[in-house]
Amino acid sequence: MSVLTAPAPAPTDRPVSRLESLLRARELGIALAIIVVFGLTTLNNHAFAHAASIQQLLSGAALIALLGVGETLVIVTRNVDLSVGSVVGLSAYIIGDLFKHNHDMSVVLGFVIAIAVGAAIGAINGLVTTVARVPSLVVTLAMLYIVRGFDGVIVNGKTIDPDSIPTAFTAVGYRTLFGIPWLAIIVAVVVVAVGYAMRSFRSSRDLYAIGSNPDAAELAGIPAGRRVFTAFLISGALAGLAGALFLALHAQIDVSGGSGYELTVVAAVVVGGVAIFGGSGTVLGAALGAVLLNTINQALVASKVSSFWNGAIAGGLLLAAIAFDRWLSLRVARSLQSAEGAHRDL
Amino acid sequence: MHTVRTVRRKVTLALAVTLVCTVAACSSSSSTTTSPNAPPTATTAKKGLTVYFIPKDTQNPYEVIADQGGQRALQELGGKVVISSGTQDTAAAQIPSIQAAIQAHAAAIVIAGNDPSALCPSLNQAAQTGIKIVAFDSDIACASSPSHLFINQANTEKIGTSQIDLLAKEIGSKGEIAILSAAASATNQNAWIGYMKQQLKKYPNMKLVTTVYGNDDPATSLTVLQGLLSAYPNLRGIISPTTVGISTAAQYLSTHKSLLSHLTLTGLGLPSQMKSYVHDGTVKEFELWNPDNLGYLAGYAAAGLASGSASLQAGSKFDAGKLNSYTVLAPSGTTGPSVVLGPPTVFNASNVDKFKF
Amino acid sequence: MTSDMATKTPVTPRRSVVETGKRALWQGVRRWESALVVVFIGALIFGSSERPNFLNPMNFFYTGLNMGEIAIMALPLTLIIMTGEMDLSVASMLGLSGTVMGVLFSNGWPIWLAMAAALVVGALGGTLNGVLVAKVGLPSIAVTIGTLTLFRGIAVILLAPRTITGFPLSLTKIGVVPIQGTQLAYSTAIFLAMAVVAGVVLHATPLGRALVAIGLQPEAAQFAGIRVNRIKIWLYVVSGVVCAFAGILLTLKNASVSYDAGTGLELNVVAIVLFGGVSIFGGRGTVIGVVLSVAIVGCLQQALTQMNVQPEVQNIIIGVLLLISVVIPNSGEAIRRIRDRARRHASTPSPRNSPNA
Repeated sequence: MSVLTAPAPAPTDRPVSRLESLLRARELGIALAIIVVFGLTTLNNHAFAHAASIQQLLSGAALIALLGVGETLVIVTRNVDLSVGSVVGLSAYIIGDLFKHNHDMSVVLGFVIAIAVGAAIGAINGLVTTVARVPSLVVTLAMLYIVRGFDGVIVNGKTIDPDSIPTAFTAVGYRTLFGIPWLAIIVAVVVVAVGYAMRSFRSSRDLYAIGSNPDAAELAGIPAGRRVFTAFLISGALAGLAGALFLALHAQIDVSGGSGYELTVVAAVVVGGVAIFGGSGTVLGAALGAVLLNTINQALVASKVSSFWNGAIAGGLLLAAIAFDRWLSLRVARSLQSAEGAHRDL
Repeated sequence: MHTVRTVRRKVTLALAVTLVCTVAACSSSSSTTTSPNAPPTATTAKKGLTVYFIPKDTQNPYEVIADQGGQRALQELGGKVVISSGTQDTAAAQIPSIQAAIQAHAAAIVIAGNDPSALCPSLNQAAQTGIKIVAFDSDIACASSPSHLFINQANTEKIGTSQIDLLAKEIGSKGEIAILSAAASATNQNAWIGYMKQQLKKYPNMKLVTTVYGNDDPATSLTVLQGLLSAYPNLRGIISPTTVGISTAAQYLSTHKSLLSHLTLTGLGLPSQMKSYVHDGTVKEFELWNPDNLGYLAGYAAAGLASGSASLQAGSKFDAGKLNSYTVLAPSGTTGPSVVLGPPTVFNASNVDKFKF
Repeated sequence: MTSDMATKTPVTPRRSVVETGKRALWQGVRRWESALVVVFIGALIFGSSERPNFLNPMNFFYTGLNMGEIAIMALPLTLIIMTGEMDLSVASMLGLSGTVMGVLFSNGWPIWLAMAAALVVGALGGTLNGVLVAKVGLPSIAVTIGTLTLFRGIAVILLAPRTITGFPLSLTKIGVVPIQGTQLAYSTAIFLAMAVVAGVVLHATPLGRALVAIGLQPEAAQFAGIRVNRIKIWLYVVSGVVCAFAGILLTLKNASVSYDAGTGLELNVVAIVLFGGVSIFGGRGTVIGVVLSVAIVGCLQQALTQMNVQPEVQNIIIGVLLLISVVIPNSGEAIRRIRDRARRHASTPSPRNSPNA
């Protein structure tokens, strides 16, 4: 920071903008991949490009994308939340049961309760992780077992049937606005809101700092405990919301709701460019990652490839995405170094 | 070093514990095998029998109803039922329950197998201690080790062929059809699908384009269904021989009614889940049987076998309480001695509200 | 360590930082293992409380049989977690190797050759993991989630929806009879032998000390001349081969294999290793702890199943145990921290930002 730099452009502009552009390239890359897969499949099978198919692509990815938003917040801070699938199942069943016994419960109240249930679990995750300083992998893994087990105890073999759910509620699962499913709109709103907050508010940008270098963040006075707790709280709340949407979409729920989602969400988030070690990644990328994975799943069926190939392709894709991100981050690091070097030469 | 000695001490301690347990261990299990084809020796079931019901998992709603039927049966006989299984639909989750039955000296095991073969070694062990083996819903394929009685909900071939017939009637015996199944490894699903394919030969203008697997999970079922609809825009009919598959598909079609103009759905479904779809016109007809009766019959069969009042001999009869008497069928093909509950019931608008399951 | 403070320069302590750290950690670890021994005895008492003959030899055989494959997979995972990495692909490799063996065997390959091929597949999978993690430098959690999906996906392609049976009876008896003259299941004996090897390697060889060093201070270990990357790659290869071996054992035990063998077991294995006192951050843990953890979890599951406790409740118990296993060791520090913060707030309002360095 020499005194003579007044007329010259601020030295921090160049590396940051290159960083930003590379990051933006990542989301663009995923969007491109989605278009490529979509295009190839349509060439093979024209019916894939119908409005109905596109609606299905969006609504099918909606739940995982929503979970991906919360998961991004947590992973950015160098943590992980493996309990999201169990939370989806629990919150969906709780409001399903409430609807069954109070058929005129309002739709809004249903959503509020589902979010509250999720937030409660998220709060527990956050508290144990931050206060007891316990690794989040272990905490959320334990909560995965505990919540799923608790769900099993209260479900006890029952199932909530479609006629227990008010039609006003299930409308959220299939209605469209100008051709776009409400499910997709709700999730898009969440993505935009959280994404904007992540870029603009200081408290959310703190999350990136905590994930990049926890010690430095602590020294800089960032209240890491409070921030991480909030990240888990939001992740839980969004999982609760996803549970309500699950119920609206399927109109029925038993004990298996949401099981196995956690690994799918982490895969979608990683494919979407969120670094598993924290410090980088956007919720938009995570949402696009979910859309890409769902598009591939449906494209395979639509291309009449046996569904038996899904797993192998998904696994290969995930590995490719991780390797690509690594290559990208190396390039970023190198470009930052060269920018610094250039500045020093001034 | 102090620490290495501590390690060695701990290792020795662990080995010593193991050794003690092992030395204290030698016991030979008694094996009592009664000839499987001997006729019944008693006339009524004994009282105070304990029968272990081992469903695919403890939460499957269909199995829960069946288990309740079994409990009713044993209650009438003055015995009791223990329901034990795992949470995942795997054979590994059921093996500890079989071991628990052996430890508890149960009179019989009634099991819905998650895997046709992986349970055979454990069940054979149970049979060798005198426990009678009954299979229901999903049969096991163990040859005669152990020999067992299979309670078939309906004639396997009939279940497959009747669904094709139902669909053919609604679509005019013409067009592309697809099957939305459960797990790719489910014995009963594969058996029914086999018979469906055979029956299709009778309808030369109907073509099965693919089978997709929903794994009895609503989210997966929905994804494969949506892919199916994209892949085959000319699809005329879908058969889903699983209650989760058909209800997921029905929910989707009832909220996208335009598809119903050219698409028909049928399969196996629970009337309690499907009745709203019948009333709003999404599904015209589907079929099933009463799972409560299935469990009830299995309970009576198990108690009968354990008391000697029922046997695996072809043609022998046994008492089944309120369901009267049933005759054991001879083994055929890969199925061993079995009993058939009855023909499947077809549900439609006229009767779907009458059932509690 | 003598130093004349007045004139001579202080001599650096002969023990390295790693050694001193290890000393302190040993004490913490021994506390956890001792707690585990107490919990194990408690579990045995708990099991006997409901069923007086819980401690019978057949139960010992069953518990060992049920836990065998999970226990075997836990050993290489322990070493991997010690170095600060993770391997979530263990159960999928178990499934893939069993599938490979089954498919080859059903195509006429001699059983021993099929088994060898399965082990080779394990080595290849492990190499993939190791190269991606150590050579390319990718995060192990993400990589092994990818290979978890990939391996399972390949198994599905190879085998779904069939099930393969017909394995030689001389080998499949390992699922039914214990080793002659004892009540040790074959897989239990193999596990104990492997545990002894793993324990010796980890606690009494330079390689073991290297693993601890890598986990505690990776950069220091690198500078100390430890070939970190090569060791990690080999650990993953070993993990792959061991999991493949576990897959062979599981297939023989069940006398059959299907594409979904072992689905979902990876989290169980991780939970058992963590409950055994192995720190997720690396550098801390013992093989004895893992052995005790296997014993406790196996014993508890057996007891709870025989008491007919719902499997969902069993899952809650496992989750709570896991939580306790990490909260308690950290609780001392956490309480201290809360007390310090309370004291600081009570005395003076402290500025949030520390002064510039």
